Amino acid sequence: MAIADTHPAHEEPAVHLGGGEEFEEREFGFWLYLMTDAVIFALLFATYVVMSGNIAAGPDAKSLFSLPHTAGETLLLLCSSITFGFATLASLAGQSGRVIQWLIVTMLLGAGFVAMEIIEFAGMISAGAGPGTSGFLSAFLTLVGTHGLHVSLGIVGIAVMAVQVSIKGLTNPVRSRLYRLGLFWHFLDIIWIGIFSVVYLPGVM
Amino acid sequence: MQKPAGTHTHKSYLTGFVLALILTIIPFALVWAGALPVMATLIAIVVAAVAQMLVHMYYFLHLNFRTTPRDNILALAFAIVLICILVGGTLWIMFDLHYRMMG
Repeated sequence: MAIADTHPAHEEPAVHLGGGEEFEEREFGFWLYLMTDAVIFALLFATYVVMSGNIAAGPDAKSLFSLPHTAGETLLLLCSSITFGFATLASLAGQSGRVIQWLIVTMLLGAGFVAMEIIEFAGMISAGAGPGTSGFLSAFLTLVGTHGLHVSLGIVGIAVMAVQVSIKGLTNPVRSRLYRLGLFWHFLDIIWIGIFSVVYLPGVM
Repeated sequence: MQKPAGTHTHKSYLTGFVLALILTIIPFALVWAGALPVMATLIAIVVAAVAQMLVHMYYFLHLNFRTTPRDNILALAFAIVLICILVGGTLWIMFDLHYRMMG
């Protein structure tokens, strides 16, 4: 492939994504997992839309959400998506050092996102807008919290991945894991598009 | 076996990033400025969101009809059908119920 040819290869360059034929089933299985995860998020979205008007005399979306804060979170996650992409490109070119560098950048951006979300949730809960306050807040914290939990697990996955690449190098099993982790990370960014479009933007209008 | 797609280049990732950024800025700017009526703004948000999801799928998840295995495309299509039935059905029933209880 052209990609493999255009970069200097320090380790063997890959002509296939992931770990090759022996990992085909795992990679397809992981794709199926992502599809089921998408169904879970779709139902959390449906629940949120149904519950969003039920504020039970508590604070409403407009008084709780901040547009600049959401824009900041969106930017962090979008940047982390492209830095993971650069890690994928480095792995295709066989540059394990580059892979680790980009994974660390991705991890920092993801951690920034989770930190912003924790600050937001902590501020809401301390202002008396916890999950027990209203149906709206229960649904909001479940939907956005589930996404935040996924991102946190993704960060742990990236940390483990960086260690594996540094210890084992870009072997086929490592390539396969990196490929699946990449699918997971990009998938979470797509879910976030849904969250700011369904929850935050209509919420502050 | 999955082969690298045509979108596995730095240029392609940057194209996807810029498109995603534009499709993020448009709805945020519309809501921030409040220039359009509520309904028009909501429609713009939905259009930008769907467009951005497609951008992410093509440039970051590298989905296309040439290199993506057929089974993956089928699983995705099935998930989309399932999501439409579940979300559409939920909203239909719950808002109809709400209408009948309040009306």
